[in-house]
Amino acid sequence: MPKSSVPILPKVFRDWFKSRGWEPRAHQLELATKAREGRSVLLVAPTGAGKTLAGFLPSLIDLAEERQASPKKTRSSLHTLYISPLKALATDVARNLEAPVQEMGLPIRIETRTGDTPAHKRARQIERPPDILLTTPEQLALLLAHREAGELFKGLRRVVLDELHSLVTSKRGDLLALGLARLFSIAPDLTAVGLSATVREPDELRKFLVPQRSLPSPRGGGSERVSASGWGDSATLGEVALPTPSRASSATSPLKGEVELPLADLVVVEGGAKPDIRMLDLKEALPLAGHTAALSMPAVYDLIRKHKTTLVFVNTRMQAEYTFQELWNLNDDSLAIALHHGSLDVSQRRRVEEAMTAGKLRAVVCTATLDLGIDWGDVDLVVNVGAPKGASRIMQRIGRSNHRMDEPSKAYLVPANRFEILECRAALDAVHEAAQDTPDARIGGLDVLCQHILGMACADPFRPEDLYEEIRSAAPYAGLSWEDFEACVAFVATGGYALRAYERFAKIVKGKDGFWRVRDARVAQQYRMNVGTIVEATMIKVRLGRTSRSRPGTVVPRGKILGEIEEYFAETLTPGDTFLFAGEVLKFEGLAEDAVLVTRANPGTDPKIPSYEGGKFPLSTFLAARVREILADPFEWDRLPRQLTEYLLQQRRRSIVPGPRDLLVETFPRGGRFYMTCFPFEGRLAHQTLGMLLTRRLERARLKPLGFVANDYGLAVWGNGDIAARVGREPGFLDELFSEDMLGDDLEDWLAEAALMKRTFRHCAVIAGLIERRFPGQEKTQRQVTISTDLVYDVLRKHEPDHVLLRAARADAATGLLDVKRLGMLLQRIRGRIIHKPLDRVSPLGVSVMLEIGRERVYSDDADEILAEAEAALLDEALA
Amino acid sequence: MTALLKNKQTTTEIGLSGQAAVLDLTGGLYLPDEDALLVADLHFEKGSSFARRGMMLPPYDTRETLKALREAVYRFDPRVVVALGDSFHDVGGPERLGDEERATLSEVQKGRDWIWIPGNHDHSLPESIGGRVLSEMTMGALVLRHEPLEGAGAEVAGHLHPVGKVVMRGRATRRRCFLTDGQRCIMPALGAYAGGLNACDAAFKPLFPKGFTAYLIGTERIFAIARSMLCRD
Repeated sequence: MPKSSVPILPKVFRDWFKSRGWEPRAHQLELATKAREGRSVLLVAPTGAGKTLAGFLPSLIDLAEERQASPKKTRSSLHTLYISPLKALATDVARNLEAPVQEMGLPIRIETRTGDTPAHKRARQIERPPDILLTTPEQLALLLAHREAGELFKGLRRVVLDELHSLVTSKRGDLLALGLARLFSIAPDLTAVGLSATVREPDELRKFLVPQRSLPSPRGGGSERVSASGWGDSATLGEVALPTPSRASSATSPLKGEVELPLADLVVVEGGAKPDIRMLDLKEALPLAGHTAALSMPAVYDLIRKHKTTLVFVNTRMQAEYTFQELWNLNDDSLAIALHHGSLDVSQRRRVEEAMTAGKLRAVVCTATLDLGIDWGDVDLVVNVGAPKGASRIMQRIGRSNHRMDEPSKAYLVPANRFEILECRAALDAVHEAAQDTPDARIGGLDVLCQHILGMACADPFRPEDLYEEIRSAAPYAGLSWEDFEACVAFVATGGYALRAYERFAKIVKGKDGFWRVRDARVAQQYRMNVGTIVEATMIKVRLGRTSRSRPGTVVPRGKILGEIEEYFAETLTPGDTFLFAGEVLKFEGLAEDAVLVTRANPGTDPKIPSYEGGKFPLSTFLAARVREILADPFEWDRLPRQLTEYLLQQRRRSIVPGPRDLLVETFPRGGRFYMTCFPFEGRLAHQTLGMLLTRRLERARLKPLGFVANDYGLAVWGNGDIAARVGREPGFLDELFSEDMLGDDLEDWLAEAALMKRTFRHCAVIAGLIERRFPGQEKTQRQVTISTDLVYDVLRKHEPDHVLLRAARADAATGLLDVKRLGMLLQRIRGRIIHKPLDRVSPLGVSVMLEIGRERVYSDDADEILAEAEAALLDEALA
Repeated sequence: MTALLKNKQTTTEIGLSGQAAVLDLTGGLYLPDEDALLVADLHFEKGSSFARRGMMLPPYDTRETLKALREAVYRFDPRVVVALGDSFHDVGGPERLGDEERATLSEVQKGRDWIWIPGNHDHSLPESIGGRVLSEMTMGALVLRHEPLEGAGAEVAGHLHPVGKVVMRGRATRRRCFLTDGQRCIMPALGAYAGGLNACDAAFKPLFPKGFTAYLIGTERIFAIARSMLCRD
């Protein structure tokens, strides 16, 4: 711990703080001290706490002193590496860092390296590295696969990992962890600093920052925690782990002799003022379903008018488009309102970002692309339209307003339907209690490991035993077995198939000396083209067309590119369809080579195609549990708006309001069919999987299911068989229907066909390097060399069901698009707690999910069923 | 999902230029009058072809394709088998064929008149592969060739790998298919790794000026789908 701030900060820094009228904050000094002691640290702090400066301060001090000591000497390797999840964030931080460096007159070179950096600059960065390099996990992977990596990083002193909480929950985090492990091998004196928002399990992030090797138990015990609040300026320092003799402190378990994995030190800055956050309370009754919040738009517009700069967050691109459109329709004052989402053209996004930073905008409607810590200037209000989906997510978003932590952030939650009121209520409670629901730490993906192994072979020949040890020092891979590692090496070499047919084509080859080497430069080139873990849904450009002069009535692709949409959305369009994109209503004209050709629809046209993406994030487990609790407790209802209380009272009269752990299953006839609705509140993905499996089981029980829809709260299944009658005859029927054994054979059977599973497999195949990425425009010329991963999946599943790629895909499916893990938890929770309520018509709760019919897709992976329906249309045509 | 789909129905009979033609669930086409089985675009050894370039696709595609081929051959037990070209993914394919696969192929060929029509992928075939090679041939009123010939009359060809895509109320499926107008038939690719060209592609238009019916290969049977029901990719 710092004895006093004086020796830590050199004079030039103290003067600079003074000249700005600032006091260095306690945690900033604390990080400087820890850096001097050679310790890695996790800094957990709310937005506006000066996190970034705290992360860089030690490097700036170090470099300033180094320069002062020997002004002539130049470094041949990097001093500090900064990694951010977003390109834009790296650029933004570089800009913010330049200011103090220039003001203090420090001779420090700061550069960024992203996918946009020109080739000559990249080459120069390796020849003559800057002092501080700001980059992304993908670029780090590329640098580490470079033959000069050892030279470039050997003098590296420090790594700063920004927004670590958001990185560690994805495969990018896996890739970063592996890169970090390599950095620690190259530069053993390195220390890492993680900057993070508040998280549920800080220890997971602390593990991430130090090599995970079992250290001998340090003398004098592990990290002791002291309260160090009450000193420094406004920032109160929470828990500070005391330094121990080893570089990383090891938390020892109370059991003697047992040593847990090493942890980085922890510095926590408690949040400043509590956020001022409310739910927008409309007097009008909200609809029972839908996500557009149309009724609330005048109120949102009014809020924008009354504030300086507002960020309007929504969950999906479609909602962004819709909200933007609605606000413009109301914009009588011609306020500068802009739109920002990931599908828009980069140049358009940059223009919005620049206008935002320059303070020229009154509001930006945006999606998760702006979730992370970019400093957009003076935002004084955050509006979140639609369901919050998670407590931590909403706190992050609220943190975007009022970037000074001592003043309360101001935010409004705007529910779009009646159910979302419940979710907003639960989120408000969570924010009030500062409860967190960040996801669990990941177990590193085997597909990412395959990619990394090839990269390491490109850098230098490796001995498998050494690389295995290095990889296991990365937290997500600490538990990696030698067998899995070997399987990945075999995959990289020849695909790792039991039928060893490809030995002579091997990409990496084991020499007599026991070292694996990359076969030739072409393989290294292949690696460079395919690095990274982000596999977007195949995107297709949206190009504005013009009417041809020579051939009136035909549209030619002569206009500008408006952005990109998912290929699968484009597939559902037919010429003449209108849809919202880039803030305009566009008419689909057809597909032209590599783009979707569109024209501007006539003013006043309503978009015909309602959406091209559902709710992106499923409801978090934590919020879901809270929603169930609020629902189950009538005393809680007093805190809800009247319209919802009345709705719940009606539900109680007509059916049942289930307890927090119960599953209510309602059955009722309607329009000649039999419906079953149930309300697990476990998020849309888990419900979709449940729906798929339930329909398979109902089919087997000869109850003739016809389809189902799911949303975040529940699902509805319908068919020609009377489920209620069956329950009457067989009282245990529902328990059996919802029994956990559906996750066995039924799941396996479905996975053979499941489109979502095939998509998951494709992602793994691309990341692992089985197939090459498709680049826009390549499709036409490369038809011969592309291969459908669906076909590969079918063949591999039949012949080697335990192949490492299939295992990687199954692990993803458990938590990803299929959310099998959560479904398992759900089925366990409701065992013996299913309450069946036969009704003669739909209940108030049931209406909310029934309204999704026609709005949401009806799910089915049964090709024959779809084909039979299409064939019937041919017969109808013939008979007509 | 309905009950009537439960029983597998492996074949569907249609008329082709005055003779009967039996479409098979494997993607083969059987002409009873000639006792001949036609198959197209087997693309044997496509997996190893990719592996040569560093994409290590599972090396089981040839086995999988052979399995379908054997199923069709054993179902009809034909006197003649005609492979309509692109039987191997590249000219080096026959050389890379594994021992087990080679044995299976010989077993299937045994006792039959086996005819390879070369395609653009396998323009030359070694003698060791068995059977005989013909650049194209006539069978009754039908000409059998690899690449369909615009303006030609009755023919059966491959090359294009037709697939049909159907979207019903937001649910989509994309399957291999036979395309026919009663005179000409374009066969689906039989190869396990053979991709597909959407039947709505412009390439099919000049071949079927009066339109076509697509016979989509489902899981349990073949479905006749009107051109108007097919969607682009």
